[in-house]
Amino acid sequence: MGWLQRLQDGLTKTRKNVEGSLKRLLGSGPDPAVLEEVEEALLGADVGVRVVERLMEQIRTEGFSTDSDDPLHPFKRTLLDIFQTIPSESLDILIQQGPRPYVILTVGINGVGKTTTVAKLGKRFKQAGHQPLFVAADTFRAAATEQLEIWGNRIGVDVIRHKQGADPAAVVFDGLAAAKSRKSDVVLIDTAGRLHTKVNLMQEIQKIKRVITRELPGAPHEVLLTLDGTLGQNTIAQAKQFHESLGVTGLALTKLDGTARGGVVVAIAEELKIPIRLIGVGEGEDDLQNFQAKEFIDALLHIENSTR
Amino acid sequence: MFGSLTEKIDNVFKQLRGQAVLSEQNITDALKEVRLALLEADVNFKIVKDFIERIREKAIGQEVFKGLNPAQQVVKIVWEELRDLLGKDHAELHLSSSPPTIIMMVGLQGSGKTTTTGKLASHFKTQGKRVLLVAADPRRPAAGEQLASLGQELEVLVHRGDQEGKPNANAVQTCRDGVSRAKEHGYEVVILDTGGRLQIDEELMQELVDIKQSVSPQETLLVADSMTGQEAVSVAERFDQVVGLDGVILTKVEGDARGGAVLSIRSATGKPIKFLGVGEKLDALEPFYPDRMASRILGMGDVLTLIEKAQENFSQEEAETLQRKVSSNTLTLEDFRDQIQQVNKMGSLDQILDMLPGGQKIKSMVANAGPGAGLPEKEIKRVVAIIDSMTRKERRDHTIINGNRKKRISRGSGTSVQEVNRLIKQFLEARRMMKTLVGGRMGKMGKGKKRKKLVRVLQSP
Repeated sequence: MGWLQRLQDGLTKTRKNVEGSLKRLLGSGPDPAVLEEVEEALLGADVGVRVVERLMEQIRTEGFSTDSDDPLHPFKRTLLDIFQTIPSESLDILIQQGPRPYVILTVGINGVGKTTTVAKLGKRFKQAGHQPLFVAADTFRAAATEQLEIWGNRIGVDVIRHKQGADPAAVVFDGLAAAKSRKSDVVLIDTAGRLHTKVNLMQEIQKIKRVITRELPGAPHEVLLTLDGTLGQNTIAQAKQFHESLGVTGLALTKLDGTARGGVVVAIAEELKIPIRLIGVGEGEDDLQNFQAKEFIDALLHIENSTR
Repeated sequence: MFGSLTEKIDNVFKQLRGQAVLSEQNITDALKEVRLALLEADVNFKIVKDFIERIREKAIGQEVFKGLNPAQQVVKIVWEELRDLLGKDHAELHLSSSPPTIIMMVGLQGSGKTTTTGKLASHFKTQGKRVLLVAADPRRPAAGEQLASLGQELEVLVHRGDQEGKPNANAVQTCRDGVSRAKEHGYEVVILDTGGRLQIDEELMQELVDIKQSVSPQETLLVADSMTGQEAVSVAERFDQVVGLDGVILTKVEGDARGGAVLSIRSATGKPIKFLGVGEKLDALEPFYPDRMASRILGMGDVLTLIEKAQENFSQEEAETLQRKVSSNTLTLEDFRDQIQQVNKMGSLDQILDMLPGGQKIKSMVANAGPGAGLPEKEIKRVVAIIDSMTRKERRDHTIINGNRKKRISRGSGTSVQEVNRLIKQFLEARRMMKTLVGGRMGKMGKGKKRKKLVRVLQSP
C-alpha cells in the first residue's frame, strides 16, 4: 500500500465530508449553506478557525471558477503556498549528507509517541545501512528506558541507559561518548515528555541540548518535535514554546491513522516555518512516512476522485 | 487551562461594557467572538453552534437585572450555560456494596491511562482501602513494567499476565485472573489498566467489550487528554457506544490547553467528568466541579478550590493568631517560614496560580521573565533552609542578626551572606505588605459564614 493510499484511508472521514460538500458545490456555485458545510468539514479536521476563515474568505471572493478542472483549486493553492515557503528535506538525505555521528534530539509533551517514533526511525536508519544508537534519556517516567530497550532488542539497536531517576544530561553525555567510540552514524535521543508550560522542565531540556553541543560542536543536528495528531489547537502553543526554548528543526506528526486529521499542522507551518519531516500513519514499524505537502493536502481534500 | 479562553471572553465583554442596552446587534458581535474563542479552544464545532444559539435565545429579549450591566448579564447567561453543559453537579465514583469495586480504564494511546491508574490507586490507598492493579496492556513494550514500578512506589500489588509482550497474550484472561485474585484475597478496589487503542480499531474495541463482559466493572472510565482536538467527540462517542462509559478522567489539565475537549466530551456522551489529572506526580488528581470549571472559564478563577485547600492545611485558630501578629507587626521569621510551608502544602505554585483569577497572567509574566525569575519551588526550599539555619532566638527577633550571625547562617544553609541579607529584606517587605492586606481575605478565610458569602458573590456575576 502506498503512502498516499494509507493516508487517504486514514483520512476517510474528512475526505467524505469535504467531497460530499464539494459535489453539491459544483452544481450550485458558492451558495452560503454549502460553503458553511465546507467550513465545518475543515473545522472538524482541526485546521483551526483562523486558517479556515481565511480560506473561506478566499473562496467567497474568488468563487469556484469553471475554467479550472479542479474545483478545490483555491483551497489547494492557499494550503500549498503555506507549505512551499518552508525548505524541507527528508531526514534520510540530511543524515546521508550530514556529519557523523548525526545527533537527533527528540522532544515533545507527554504521550505523543516519542519513544515509538525513535524506535521506528531507528529501524528505518538501520535498514538504510546506518549504524544507529539509542539514548534513553527519559529517566523520569516509570519503565520508559525498558520500553526503549525492548524496541532496541527487537530491531537490533544498542541502547545507552542509566537507572530511573538519573540525570538525563548524564545519560546523554554517556550516549555521545559511546557513539564516538563505537563510530555510530546516527544517535537518537529519547527524552521524557514535558508539558511546554513547565518552566523547570523546559530548562532541563535546554541543559540537555547544551551538553550535546558542548560534547559535540554542531550537534544536535536535528531537534525533532513530536506532535500528537489527535490533539487540537494547543499543538500550536507546544510548537511555539519548544521552538522558542530549543530551536526546533523538524516536526513529526503522529497518530494520523485513526480518524484524526492533523489539520493543525497547517497553522504551525504557517506561523513557525518549521518543516514537517514525518507523519505516523499506523502502529506498525513501517508506518512512519516522510511528509509530503502535496500528497498531504490532496489526501486531506481528496482532489483526485472529486475531479474524475 | 482555560486561561486564554477566559481572556478572550473577557475582552469581548470589555467591548460590551459601557453600552447601555443589550441589543440584538451587540449580542451578535459578542457571540461571534465567543464562537471564535470556543473554536480556538477546540470545542467541537457542532457543540459550539448549539451553544451559541442557546445563548442567543436566552440573551435577546431578556431584561437586564437591576444592579447588573448588560455585559454582566451576558456573562451570567454564558456562565450558567457552560455550567449546565459541564454537568450541574459533582460526580463521585460508584463503589460496589460487595467488594471488590472494579474500575476499568480505557482510552487512546498516550492519554495517560497508566499514570492515572497509579493516581487512582494512591487516592484509594489514602482512604485506607486495599487496592490491586491489573496490567492489562500486553502490547505496548514495558507497559507492565511501568505499572509495576508505580505499584512499587505506592506499595500496591500489581497483577501481571505471564504472556506479556508475547503474541498469544490475552488481556481478557489477565483481567479475569486479576479480579479473582482480588476476590480471594479480600481486596477492596481493582483497577484494570488496559492498553491504548483507536476508537475505530474494531478488534481491539471488541477486546474491551470482552473484558467488560467477563468482569462487570462498576466504573468504566475514559481517560482523555484535555488537549484533544475535534476528535474528542468521536472518541468519546465511540467508546461510549461500544464499551459503555460511566465517566471520564481528563488528563494533563495543568498545561495551557484551553480545554474545549471537556465541553465536547461531556456534551457528546452526557457522562460526568469524575477527576482531573493535574501533574505528573501520583497525588496530582483532583475532583471535577462543573460550577468551578465554569467560573474558571469566565475568569473568576477557581477560588473555591483554593479556599478549600487552604482550609485543609490551615486551621481557623492559626489564621486568627497570624492575623493578630500581622496587624501588630510582630510577625517573626518563624511565622514567615511556617507561612511559606503552609502555602507549599497547598500544592505547587503553578497549581495555586492556576486557581487564582489572573493567575494565568502572572504565570505567563513569570515565564516571560526568563529563567530564574519568580519564586520557584527551589527558591522556597532555599528560604526555608536559611531560616532553619538560624537559632530560635534569631528566628523570633531578626534585629539581633549581625554580620557574624549572618556568616554562620549562610554556612549552615549552604548559601551566601548576600542571600541571607536578601531574605531578611524580603521578609520585612512581606511583613509590611501583609499588614496592609490584613482585614482582607486572608484573615477571613476560615470563617464559614463569610466563605458562603464569597461563594455567593462568585456564583452570581
